[in-house]
Amino acid sequence: MGKTLAEKIWQEHVVKSAQGEPDLIYIDLHLIHEVTSAQAFDGLRLAGRTVRRPELTIATEDHNTPTQNIDQPIADPVSKLQVDTLRNNCAEFGVRIHSLGDIDQGIVHVVGPQLGLTQPGMTIVCGDSHTSTHGAFGALAFGIGTSEVEHVLATQTLPLVRPKTMAINVEGALKTGVTSKDIILAIIAQIGTGGGQGYVLEYSGSAIRALSEGRMTVCNMSIEAGARAGLIAPDEKTFEYIKGKPHAPENWDDAIAYWSTLYTDSDAKFDVEITINANELEPFVTWGTNPGQGAPLNSVVPDPALIQDVEERGAAERALVYMDLKAGTPLKKIAIDTVFLGSCTNGRIEDLRSAAAILDGKKIATSLRMLVVPGSARVRLQAESEGLDKVFMAAGAEWRNAGCSMCLGMNPDQLAPGERSASTSNRNFEGRQGKGGRTHLVSPLVAAATALRGTLSSPADL
Amino acid sequence: MEKFTTHTGNAVPLRRSNVDTDQIIPAVYLKRVTRSGFEDGLFAAWRNDPEFILNKEPFKHATILVAGADFGTGSSREHAVWALQNYGFKVVISPRFADIFRGNSAKGGLLTIVLPQEDVEALWAAIEASPELPVTVSLEARTVSYEGVNVGFEIDDYTRWRLMEGLDDIGLTLNHVEAVSAFEKVRASFKPATLPAK
Ligand code: SF4
Repeated sequence: MGKTLAEKIWQEHVVKSAQGEPDLIYIDLHLIHEVTSAQAFDGLRLAGRTVRRPELTIATEDHNTPTQNIDQPIADPVSKLQVDTLRNNCAEFGVRIHSLGDIDQGIVHVVGPQLGLTQPGMTIVCGDSHTSTHGAFGALAFGIGTSEVEHVLATQTLPLVRPKTMAINVEGALKTGVTSKDIILAIIAQIGTGGGQGYVLEYSGSAIRALSEGRMTVCNMSIEAGARAGLIAPDEKTFEYIKGKPHAPENWDDAIAYWSTLYTDSDAKFDVEITINANELEPFVTWGTNPGQGAPLNSVVPDPALIQDVEERGAAERALVYMDLKAGTPLKKIAIDTVFLGSCTNGRIEDLRSAAAILDGKKIATSLRMLVVPGSARVRLQAESEGLDKVFMAAGAEWRNAGCSMCLGMNPDQLAPGERSASTSNRNFEGRQGKGGRTHLVSPLVAAATALRGTLSSPADL
Repeated sequence: MEKFTTHTGNAVPLRRSNVDTDQIIPAVYLKRVTRSGFEDGLFAAWRNDPEFILNKEPFKHATILVAGADFGTGSSREHAVWALQNYGFKVVISPRFADIFRGNSAKGGLLTIVLPQEDVEALWAAIEASPELPVTVSLEARTVSYEGVNVGFEIDDYTRWRLMEGLDDIGLTLNHVEAVSAFEKVRASFKPATLPAK
């Protein structure tokens, strides 16, 4: 019987396996950042251990870093301590780091692909759950905790239990105004925030093939369906994207020969298979406080009383209270205070281009503010070379420096209590973007249209 | 890591599903560079509310948390496990856990137990009826017991052994360092490096 892509990659990385124990898996690339690594380096020091393969490790600063006045010392002393700790640890253990102000600094999941370090068939880990992003290149990539970070630093391996596999086949063509973000939000609404638990999700089908950077958006949010990893088989588009990047293989032909074997065999069996009809998808937004609580933008805030499942009903009731929404309100009537365009979900150049195209020559509503935060310093430079910064600023949006920013509000970019955002990030949890803040997850197109109209909107409403 | 064999303590019913890691510990509390002191961030937003169950006696001092399904979803922050442990929790029971959270718990010695929704509901009801009810968790026997009720749970042998022995994963792996070196010798040469090789 054939193998799925996940099984192929897994098998090639087994260092040791024994009955009744997790497999010991070799890790090809380890990405680190300031929030989840300090305690891991500390553990190494205490045990007198070293970093086994510093040349398979790379660090960047993203979660805490300010997006304004980046030439000044970080104002928040606790954030500064965390960033300084990372810098000291990298210096001590010989790990390459891209610090604030460096041209390759940015959100860890934007930096890996843009350097060409993310390649098909690799195992990639990072102390961050959105490591699933890198699966868009056909790499087995997943988030790990700090103890695991320490384990990888010390041994370049991880003991792991082989995940089950789920195929998500997205067939058809997206309507204008519908994006990769809407695909993944619709999938999560369908399978639920726990639906992917224990699985690697492999996305396939014509709608997935048609995406380019949007593949990263889809894989990014696999974790929001509970799956530790998302995966897309590499193809010509993937190879083209990597070609010419700083770390693209020198031995290109060998790499291509191997990468071309990375697909799910036609007779392979998945543990679960589902199909989504892309033709029917609409722009999707969330109304609640987890990413599974979403609905088409053209619909209304759902009525919890109509939800069968008791647990889900309770969760929906609580979410509406937190979000200050009434059942039956058309989603398009919801007024927004802040639009956030950025994050590892939607902070890449394609995202900025698509939003800028809608804002071009127009002004955002005076009732709101809009923050545009590129995913990396290079994305920012690229956007500036295309004049996108001018478009955003002329429309009245703020053009910031790269980082996680308002995706999680660890830096000064936060929602005030009660403030409502339309955000291209990935989590609408209570308080995620600032204590008491209310988040609606949207695509870059919906973000831009919402900025112009002041209420949740799609480009078709303009 | 502390060994875990059995534990008896008070339990707190947290009647919520999808308790994500941003609720367990909000991002602003993640800035410490040590492994201790995270208890002040545990459920920080909810604990502002005097009616929140952990603010009430005797639940304040509970060591077993009984939560709804999909506990620990969201970010990979191990600080969520540390916050629960720093506060004093030894065990979390839920019908379903997020994978990363469960893995992190096992690394740190926090026992996570999956029980079917009906058993969780029954336990909730029992604790609500008598809040001081002692609950005993035996990893040895793989059971949760209270008031003469005895519910079995499943846990794989390997994780159970590690928890019962209090074993450090890194030490275990370093016993196989030759296998790692052998693997490295045959790794494809076109795989990228972040630095010129040593
Ligand atoms: S942008 Fe948001 S989701 Fe992505 S790594 Fe940063 S904090 Fe995490």
